[in-house]
Amino acid sequence: MVSASTSTTSSAQPMAANAWITEFLERLPAPSGDLEAVQWRGREALARQPLPSRRNEDWRFTDLGSLKALDPALLAQVEATEGTDPAAIPIADSADALPAPAAGTMRLRLDGRHDPLAGQTLPAGLTRLSGEELQQALGHTLARCGCEQHWPVEFNQASASHCLALRVSGSVAETLELVATASGESALLPIRVLLLLEEKASLKVLQVQLGSGSSLSSLVVEMHLGREAEVQHGLLAFGEGEACLLAHLAVEQEIESRFHSVVASRGWALARFEPRITQVEGAAHTDLKAIQVAQDHQLVDGHSRVEFLGPDGSLEQLHKAIVDGHGHSVFDGAVSVPRRAQRTNANQMSRNLLLSDQARIDTKPELEIVADDVRCTHGATVSRLQHDQLFYLQSRGIDAATASRLLKRGFCQEVLVDLPAAAASWQPLQRLLAEV
Amino acid sequence: MISPDADLLLEIVDLHARVEDQPILKGVNLTIRAGEIHAVMGRNGSGKSTLSKVLAGHPSYTVTAGSVRYRGQDLLELDPEKRARIGLFLGFQYPVEIPGVSNLEFLRVATNARRSELAKEDLDPFAFEDLVRERLEVVQMNPSFLERSVNEGFSGGEKKRNEILQMALLEPVVAILDETDSGLDIDALRIVAGGVNQLATADNATLLITHYQRLLDVITPDYVHVMAAGRILRTGGKELALELEERGYDWVDQELAVLEVA
Repeated sequence: MVSASTSTTSSAQPMAANAWITEFLERLPAPSGDLEAVQWRGREALARQPLPSRRNEDWRFTDLGSLKALDPALLAQVEATEGTDPAAIPIADSADALPAPAAGTMRLRLDGRHDPLAGQTLPAGLTRLSGEELQQALGHTLARCGCEQHWPVEFNQASASHCLALRVSGSVAETLELVATASGESALLPIRVLLLLEEKASLKVLQVQLGSGSSLSSLVVEMHLGREAEVQHGLLAFGEGEACLLAHLAVEQEIESRFHSVVASRGWALARFEPRITQVEGAAHTDLKAIQVAQDHQLVDGHSRVEFLGPDGSLEQLHKAIVDGHGHSVFDGAVSVPRRAQRTNANQMSRNLLLSDQARIDTKPELEIVADDVRCTHGATVSRLQHDQLFYLQSRGIDAATASRLLKRGFCQEVLVDLPAAAASWQPLQRLLAEV
Repeated sequence: MISPDADLLLEIVDLHARVEDQPILKGVNLTIRAGEIHAVMGRNGSGKSTLSKVLAGHPSYTVTAGSVRYRGQDLLELDPEKRARIGLFLGFQYPVEIPGVSNLEFLRVATNARRSELAKEDLDPFAFEDLVRERLEVVQMNPSFLERSVNEGFSGGEKKRNEILQMALLEPVVAILDETDSGLDIDALRIVAGGVNQLATADNATLLITHYQRLLDVITPDYVHVMAAGRILRTGGKELALELEERGYDWVDQELAVLEVA
């Protein structure tokens, strides 16, 4: 049967970067809703700011070809609707059967347009920010973390018409699970989240971003942790096909607060993760772990920045990647320790598993240390599966294939163990390693 | 325990091996029968650790001449995993840390690999847990080490106990213990050696690779072999180890010099 498609873009070359963004902006619906002012600002910024190119130091290893291959006219068809019944949130497609939420989990489906809280009863300790509070707080942490003008952030601001904004007080027993699924042809899913943790508040939050087709998911999360607040954050990001993901996570930490984050990702044509953490007066603890898998021609990029603006802060960072096929993994980990950040203790490690000759790994620590009384370590390894580990397992009767599977699982597990418990129902290990 | 009629378990004949371009083993001959405990002693660099790795099938070593038969079968043509499954065990001098892989799961997969070779059914996690708890007593090991990653963050003594625990689970026919005594304090040495003694039977054999006499104070060998320059220079009973302890290794050099001239 002959296809009746009238599409004229099927074999078109990706268009020039500026034409791409111009077309996107022209086709976007008029700004509206709670975020109207933010949308205006984002669009003005995008109109002035060209798409990042590899001439920008921050994008040197990151080719945006997969993003530019998406049709900007279709992406722009995000509808601004507000306050609709959450039941109307379309289930992305029939194959998108989600696992049941783990016990003790409050699941919210986010689609960037509808209010996920409509008709929901929030667990004790969580309250929705008023419109006024939202206007006051939104963007504050982005600015504090120095990323409010980053292209992926402006792109999100230009298109997102809803923000999930919550205040957290006390210790929240339930895990907050935020699920966003993008699918279809050049479909755009802009998600914006703002969490304000009061003094001594604690929260477990699991974000799940699933992408298929040639969709683009855009995620911007801001968290402010008051004194002695604690967040255990997980981000499971699993894509397939041409799907792309741009994820920004900006976190402000007050004294004695603790922030733990685990990111696990696989399968995106292009994925970029930018955690930006600022310890506003130091004396807080930050724990960043990530495992990213790239195969075929996928590109996955982890760009983190941790800034200590006072003394006695600490960081433990472990970034891991597995690359196979023609996959490409990038890690750029900046740590900034100015003079006032004496007695900072920061440890960063990048470990990479290279499983094919065509795969590529770029890893780059970036320590900016001015203070003199600090302990900062960093390191990077790129290796095949370790021969001595393989031999050890084989010498115990374990065949080579099983041994390499065990080692890859072990490699991932070291990161996954720190996910919020609710992550288990998404089977992150299986998703990371199926058929690798 | 020496019994001339006992089954021949391992027969090493004129074994030569190299690592990269460096010849290390230069004609090792050694025969091991069921029920025997052998000790191979020698200086660092004499080739004793290489011998253990070649027997276990380490890929960095190439055998250039000679043969090794294990219960009549050509050992050298087998993969390392097959050697382990049919009953050869190497206790590592430096047990390898494997972050992220649970010790308990590792032990179970290894035990089931050996059991399948013996045509025994796989142990499920519950049945295996019962077995492993019983075997822990052989080395007086704390069960909390089962929950940790393989050897990760273990002290030297804990790693060696974990090796002997693996031996207790795999029930090898020939166990080669490479410098099992190194890095152990006197209590740990006694526990580890006690484990080895418990596991020695009339049907299996043990090859101890060691630098010092002190291990042989607690495990009594039937044979002591002195290795130098890639060969076994002299073989004797346990008194040979005492002689080495008393006289040091200098006489070995003299004997070797005579041999090189000849």
